[in-house]
Amino acid sequence: MTLLGKLSWSAIPFDQPIVMGATAMMVLVIAFVLGWVTLKGYVPYLWSEWITSVDHKRIGVMYIILALIMLLRGFADAIMMRAQQAIAVGGAQGYLPPEHFDQIFSAHGTIMIFFMAMPFVIGLMNFVVPLQLGVRDMAFPTLNSVALGLTASGILLTNISLAVGEFAKAGWVAYPPLSELQFSPGVGVDYYLWALQISGVGTLMTGINFVATILKTRSPGMSYMRMPVFCWTALASNLLIVAAFPVLTATFAMLLLDRYLGFHFFTIDGQGNAMMYVNLFWVWGHPEVYILILPAFGVFSEVVSTFSGKPLFGYRSMVAATMVICVLSFVVWLHHFFTMGASANVNGFFGIMTMIIAVPTGVKVFNWLFTMYGGRIRFTVPILWSLGFMVTFVIGGMTGVLMAVPPADFQLHNSLFLVAHFHNVIIGGVVFGVLAGYNYWFPKAFGFRLDERWGVASFWCWLIGFYLAFMPLYVLGLMGMTRRMQHYDVVSWQPWLLAAAAGVAVILAGIVCQVIQLVVSVRNRELLRVAADPWNGRTLEWTTASPPPAWNFALLPQVSSVDAYWLKKQRALTHQAPAAQEREYAPIEVPRNSAAGFSIAFFAVISGFALIWHIWWMAGIGGLGVLLTILVFAFREEEEIKIPVEEIAGFDRTHQAEVAV
Amino acid sequence: MRYLLIAVLLVATATLGGCVEGGLDPKGPIALAERQILFNSLGIMLAIVIPTILATLGFAIWFRASNERARYRPNFRYSGRLEMLVWSIPAMTVFLVGGVAWVGSHDVSPRKPIASTERPVRVQVASLDWKWLFIYPELGIASVNQLTIPVGAPVSFELTSSGVMNSFFVPQLGSQIYTMAGMVSRLHLRADDAGTYRGMSAQFSGDGFSDMHFNVDAVPAEKFAQWVDLVRSDGPELNAKTYADLAKPSETVAPFTYRAVATDLFDSILVSEVQSDDALCRSYPKSMRAEK
Amino acid sequence: MNVNVALIDDVSPETRPIASEAGPAPKRVVVAYGFWIFLLSDIVMFAALFAAYAVLAQATAGGPSGAQLFNQVSVAIETACLLASSYTCGLMSLAVGSQRRFRTYLAAVATFALGAAFLTLELREFAGMIAVGAAPQRSAFLSAFFTLVGCHGLHVTVGLIWLAVMMLQIAVKGFRATVERRLLCFSLFWHALDIIWVWLFTVVYLMGGLS
Repeated sequence: MTLLGKLSWSAIPFDQPIVMGATAMMVLVIAFVLGWVTLKGYVPYLWSEWITSVDHKRIGVMYIILALIMLLRGFADAIMMRAQQAIAVGGAQGYLPPEHFDQIFSAHGTIMIFFMAMPFVIGLMNFVVPLQLGVRDMAFPTLNSVALGLTASGILLTNISLAVGEFAKAGWVAYPPLSELQFSPGVGVDYYLWALQISGVGTLMTGINFVATILKTRSPGMSYMRMPVFCWTALASNLLIVAAFPVLTATFAMLLLDRYLGFHFFTIDGQGNAMMYVNLFWVWGHPEVYILILPAFGVFSEVVSTFSGKPLFGYRSMVAATMVICVLSFVVWLHHFFTMGASANVNGFFGIMTMIIAVPTGVKVFNWLFTMYGGRIRFTVPILWSLGFMVTFVIGGMTGVLMAVPPADFQLHNSLFLVAHFHNVIIGGVVFGVLAGYNYWFPKAFGFRLDERWGVASFWCWLIGFYLAFMPLYVLGLMGMTRRMQHYDVVSWQPWLLAAAAGVAVILAGIVCQVIQLVVSVRNRELLRVAADPWNGRTLEWTTASPPPAWNFALLPQVSSVDAYWLKKQRALTHQAPAAQEREYAPIEVPRNSAAGFSIAFFAVISGFALIWHIWWMAGIGGLGVLLTILVFAFREEEEIKIPVEEIAGFDRTHQAEVAV
Repeated sequence: MRYLLIAVLLVATATLGGCVEGGLDPKGPIALAERQILFNSLGIMLAIVIPTILATLGFAIWFRASNERARYRPNFRYSGRLEMLVWSIPAMTVFLVGGVAWVGSHDVSPRKPIASTERPVRVQVASLDWKWLFIYPELGIASVNQLTIPVGAPVSFELTSSGVMNSFFVPQLGSQIYTMAGMVSRLHLRADDAGTYRGMSAQFSGDGFSDMHFNVDAVPAEKFAQWVDLVRSDGPELNAKTYADLAKPSETVAPFTYRAVATDLFDSILVSEVQSDDALCRSYPKSMRAEK
Repeated sequence: MNVNVALIDDVSPETRPIASEAGPAPKRVVVAYGFWIFLLSDIVMFAALFAAYAVLAQATAGGPSGAQLFNQVSVAIETACLLASSYTCGLMSLAVGSQRRFRTYLAAVATFALGAAFLTLELREFAGMIAVGAAPQRSAFLSAFFTLVGCHGLHVTVGLIWLAVMMLQIAVKGFRATVERRLLCFSLFWHALDIIWVWLFTVVYLMGGLS
């Protein structure tokens, strides 16, 4: 038993120039950022205001920063794959050997789902939900910070795999027996499993936090049917997290036991059952995609109603549809493996259940349509994303229902048609949704708007790029091309793959536009300054200052209808508002900052890395560190800070014009 | 303008016409049925999707803020009739497509034998790293990365894997089905036209996955009998030892044949990965046995 | 928590009888509720392990089955210990409620002892099985058994550590609100483990022992 387990210098792939180049770039960027931050003296500020913050607004922003960075990493993987497939035809092997290509497509899926899409929607929900509910923070602020830290740990571990060792080569789903030790003896699958187990704990914490917050802490008067629809979709999404993520935890634990201790859950010998992994994985996997899409639906509900100047059409049926989707998402999982050989009755049942879930989704689309009907639509960047979504998502949904017909799926399963379908709904649904939300709530978070022109440019590049990149994949799937091919021999496929590569280049332009948008907006922030309500909003977050103070609301708003803010504005217009009351301020207790999140994240990375490389003593230290952090937190004396009345009153009076409550 | 439109149409047709391959070019009843089901479902869905997309764009453009002619209805938030419509349109569509799904699942079930007056050809398939082994148990021959079958005769497949999961797939003939170690999956196909069709694995199985394709030769019955005789005349024998050699990982394997196959070799592949101190502990379930 | 309310509308608090409109719930309620949700998620995780066990229950790979291995007497004693510890935990909750330190410590020690007895017996059972070659690496059935039962045992271990820490907290901080909330969560946890054990005992030992 060596001191460093399986770790040695040979773990660093000095002989692979592409990997070393990517690693070098990553290390340089990190070093540059850390160095710049330190030299400019920002470290104390970052530590006390951001890293140890338990404020949901700060945590939400940090989640989104993580997501944006991982969007770049996952997209780099996409560029590499499209480039490889564009040239590796006939006898050509391309520039990525299979060992490398296999890691790239596995990393691409893992990163985009777990470390881009999840943090983005969780970040948006974190920032917005307490504000929309009219309360001061989440139910469990420190837990929130720990969850963020654990997500960051998973991200760090995944990126370390680029430099030290390798990543999984079994796809983002890691089916056994391929992912078992017998066929994947390296550390790649271990990196995948530990990174996701660790961040999975964080996600579960988030789920518990949101469910408790939405169900138990809302502003006075805000009954369930007066909540904004974004909060309903957040509730449904987090209920799904609480119900689905434990299954993934158990499944990965079983695979880890197989790999580490020689158990036989899914191995070929010992009568293990690989089919059971497939079932368990997708019992989590299908709710996961609804966890991603429901908050995006919520964003569209907010954006479409705000920029149409109308209430959301059919509020009750939107709520009903959301909760129906929540429940039904648990009874469709088999459609991910119709071809595994189940009987016609079983396949038929799950096919029909999958189609039934398309009904509430269709209802939502129609409700958005009728929200626009009779409206006065302002074509801002968020509305563009919403319109792009409505057109694109119905196509993706259609191809999904097509594949829910088992005989059709027998031809299309695992083909590029499938790949096109899920990118269609994830990009057209989730990505468009989070980018709409990003543009919509950015002014609230930072006090200035994002540049409009670059936003419009990025939208069109994404939209056109998406269609150019993925419509050819539908065709290729129908032509019989299967997914995950490092090279291929059918020459007639190449033109379509070249078109897809061109599409990716256009999407790249869209991402570049977004980076420019951010830079330009920060530079011109004084010109782009906004007050509390830049969009003529309808919900409570627009009643606070931009950015809101730490305590959100000096006095909790009393709510008597849905679209609470809109009602107040209408009453003000028609002079029906009650006489202005003398505001009676009281000191507010806010939770104290805590380094627990950072500390647990740090020790989680240590433990994870150690477990991957079989460095048992180091894993023990990591575990001990987590335990000690919890103990230190548990025994701390002061839990809250009291904000004095003068500070609250002073802030309120300064923002008198904008603050509506 | 008109010429531009014609040019675009011609190019589109030419391009799309060149993409009639795979499942869109069926050569057997299963693939034919699947293509039909695909088109039917697509048609039903497009009837909803196209109007929805047009309505989205239409409403967005008509109700833009700068359009003075559009009527602003700030309180239009509910309509019972529209609610009915909004729930029933997707419900009816789903009802229709659901019917197609249920009936189709039963008609085109991989387990369902293809009704025919001809006797089915039995083929036992094993996916290995990274090639395909085809055993003809009643003919006593086997081939690697090459499947020859007689035109018009139903083929009854029993499939397993020597290791990781794969998926046996010949798009022009019909459905794919997973191959899994220690288990038998079933598939029935038939080729109605003579020709050579592409087969592949549709479930990623490792570094050599991209080269795991094979050819399916559908030949007239007499030609098939000739092929069988040819195979029996020359080549190695497939037994436990030669199988162990074959099972070693290899990529881009050129097709070849075995002139003889040891009895019950497929069964031994099936249970070979299952460790047990005593007798066979995984039996070959009756429901999965091929018809005689 | 400051819940001073501003008025968007002129509905006064007295005319709001509905619970869902009462504003943010007090911290004790929120904490307990959140912990319940965590417990539900934990039960889902156990459900997945139960499902795996059910699928693999017959996959003995030629090795020993449950009926051949289970010592029903030992399991019965374990069950008695755990159920009794739930009772003593209830006594502890009562003592906490009336803020009586000595009784709290007494009940806690009893709970700890019974929980530790449960674990000891369970570890002995595992050791015995491994000694006769029925290790989790022997077959899929045994992998599933050790994981399901072992996961429960791991939760009990965590519970015992938590209990010890809570006693320390009472010593250092007394019966303040945060400590009481955490003790409430602990007892919810402990009782939930008991419920899960009843399921485990039934599905694994009783049903497995009969076949």
